[in-house]
Amino acid sequence: MTDASIAGAAPEPKKSSLLVQDARTRKRNAAEARFRMYGLGAVCTGILALVLLLASILSNGLSSFQQTYITLEVALPADKLDKNGNRDRAEMAKVSTFGYQPLIAAAMEQKMTARGISVEGLSAKDAAGLVSKEAPAQLRNFVLANPDVLDTTRTFEFLASGRVDGYYKGRVSMETAQLDKNISPEQLQLADILLEEGTLETRFNWRFFTAPDASGQRPEAAGLGVAILGSFYMMLVVLCLALPIGVATSIYLEEFAPKNRITDLIEVNISNLAAVPSIVFGILGLAIFINFAGLPQSAPIVGGLVLTLMTLPTIIISTRASLKSVPPSIRDAALGVGASKMQSVFHHVLPLAAPGILTGTIIGLAQALGETAPLLLIGMVAFVREYPAAPPEGFFDPASALPVQIYNWTQRSDPAFVERASGAIIVLLAFLLVMNAIAILLRRKFERRW
Amino acid sequence: MNDMRFTERAVVEDKKIAAKGVQVYYGSNHAIKDVNVDILDKTVTAFIGPSGCGKSTFLRCINRMNDTIDIARVEGDILLDGEDIYDAKVDPVQLRAKVGMVFQKPNPFPKSIYDNVAYGPRIHGLARTKADLDEIVEKSLRRAALWDEAKDRLEQPGTGLSGGQQQRLCIARAVATSPEVLLMDEPCSALDPIATAQVEELIDELRERFSVVIVTHSMQQAARVSQRTAFFHLGELVEYGETGQIFTNPEDPRTESYITGRIG
Repeated sequence: MTDASIAGAAPEPKKSSLLVQDARTRKRNAAEARFRMYGLGAVCTGILALVLLLASILSNGLSSFQQTYITLEVALPADKLDKNGNRDRAEMAKVSTFGYQPLIAAAMEQKMTARGISVEGLSAKDAAGLVSKEAPAQLRNFVLANPDVLDTTRTFEFLASGRVDGYYKGRVSMETAQLDKNISPEQLQLADILLEEGTLETRFNWRFFTAPDASGQRPEAAGLGVAILGSFYMMLVVLCLALPIGVATSIYLEEFAPKNRITDLIEVNISNLAAVPSIVFGILGLAIFINFAGLPQSAPIVGGLVLTLMTLPTIIISTRASLKSVPPSIRDAALGVGASKMQSVFHHVLPLAAPGILTGTIIGLAQALGETAPLLLIGMVAFVREYPAAPPEGFFDPASALPVQIYNWTQRSDPAFVERASGAIIVLLAFLLVMNAIAILLRRKFERRW
Repeated sequence: MNDMRFTERAVVEDKKIAAKGVQVYYGSNHAIKDVNVDILDKTVTAFIGPSGCGKSTFLRCINRMNDTIDIARVEGDILLDGEDIYDAKVDPVQLRAKVGMVFQKPNPFPKSIYDNVAYGPRIHGLARTKADLDEIVEKSLRRAALWDEAKDRLEQPGTGLSGGQQQRLCIARAVATSPEVLLMDEPCSALDPIATAQVEELIDELRERFSVVIVTHSMQQAARVSQRTAFFHLGELVEYGETGQIFTNPEDPRTESYITGRIG
């Protein structure tokens, strides 16, 4: 520094005031301000997109949590429902739902005459059209389950038909009813009268969460019961397989495996596997699990296995990252007091990595829960009305899955299914939110802040 | 450098560790070149030398911590009580129970103080009952001069202690398994002068029971705590002898240059 030539090469210090910004500083500050604006703009775009998404889903779907019901007193004449009079279930079952339809029409007519309700140009059959096509089946199931109710009059709560339900949710109006062959303005007038005197009411729709899917003619009866159960079974399979396999793989690769070409190759392949399109896993599941191993189609076990394969790379990558982030000094400390490699991993490294492993697992599960494409290929799109049995047999019973149910409902023509599909999306999002919340809670609980 | 207060006690001339022709390679890098050294029992031996001279590497050979590094390769013999620790029949885990280690940075487990000290005895099955374990923990903490500060907070996390206390906790953890040799890799480099003085005092007390090998960057520390000093330079053991002699009358010019501050 004492060298004269160096001192001479330095530029002369310019006299300038600190209170005045020079051009260079202004330019730098402007660049920073611009960058902040870009960042803010990006964040705002993201938030706007999220708000639009949520607003459209909520505005379409929230109404699916409400349902219109009609309460009727139905007489159950034995001469119609049990012609031989011996209360034999097999014989009673010969009366199909068509045999029960007139009972509902009669009940409706009776109600109208009793209350003195009449709407011009409305026949008794039309009046019965307010009640869902699901109602005769509901009646039949009840009678077959309790044969001794015959010859009595019972109060039943039936679903209102999809159009009547839509009328109270703003989807159907008098004008659209004029053009609709499934509903007439007169029927809607009757519905208004019934609403006033309390026969018809709209309230929270538990059936949406518990009922199985229904056909395209009966959107009001369609529920998510089978889909939720199917998704739950698949998540069980994924959790029971992907977590132990993924964690064991990661621990072996990270802590025990020699670093050589083979482990490098495995590592690259795991990363590649994470990027494989999910539909490819579906094809693999179809070829291996169904065609080769002979597992049943549409079964949660196959879906679970396919989703396990899909989730494994996610779990392995996040587990390895959290194992890597455990400071090596902890391993040294454990080895230094004479712990074996395995003791050092299981006593010290794994507990410290647990929050990261749990978060990775739950994020992997959430990803699997929302996955649709591979399930389409293994037959989970099937129309399933039977609940799968309790595990373990239930893993082999046909079931649906939440995202596939959404996909299914968006394919159907009745506009009531738009509402159902949006409602199902809300349910799916709620499940994902709950899972992420659990991930955060577990992280908090196990994280050692000392 | 003249403060030799710890060296008054008589030096026992029992060989504990004998290294013969030790070579260490990190890949193609020849890190330790033909080191021959005899470490005495119940003695503090200091390894000094400039950074990267291989003193820590050699220390880690003594309890086979280099095994955890894939590319490291050790040749030559290191005998502990006449047994080759690199023999194929030796389980490094068993060796490390005999040769404890304290690291440069205090690295207590993120567990309670009690569990930190009790971990070693637990995995080696040294305590049959809870009372035995309590006794080992207390004895170890007393030996590490931490008992008075820690006895009321045994259930609190070890990571909540101050740096000097953490390092003494690590020493307590190391002595809890009753090792025969205690290796210390720059144990005071992360500590302030007061904590350093406490640890140094402790090292001198530990000499009664263990053979202590300490790597240090501080020549004053080496002079204060050790009876024997080994000077490493560029992977070679340049000089090894009585501490007093190394610091006052070194034979090798390189040792003299290092001690007087011309290299390093």
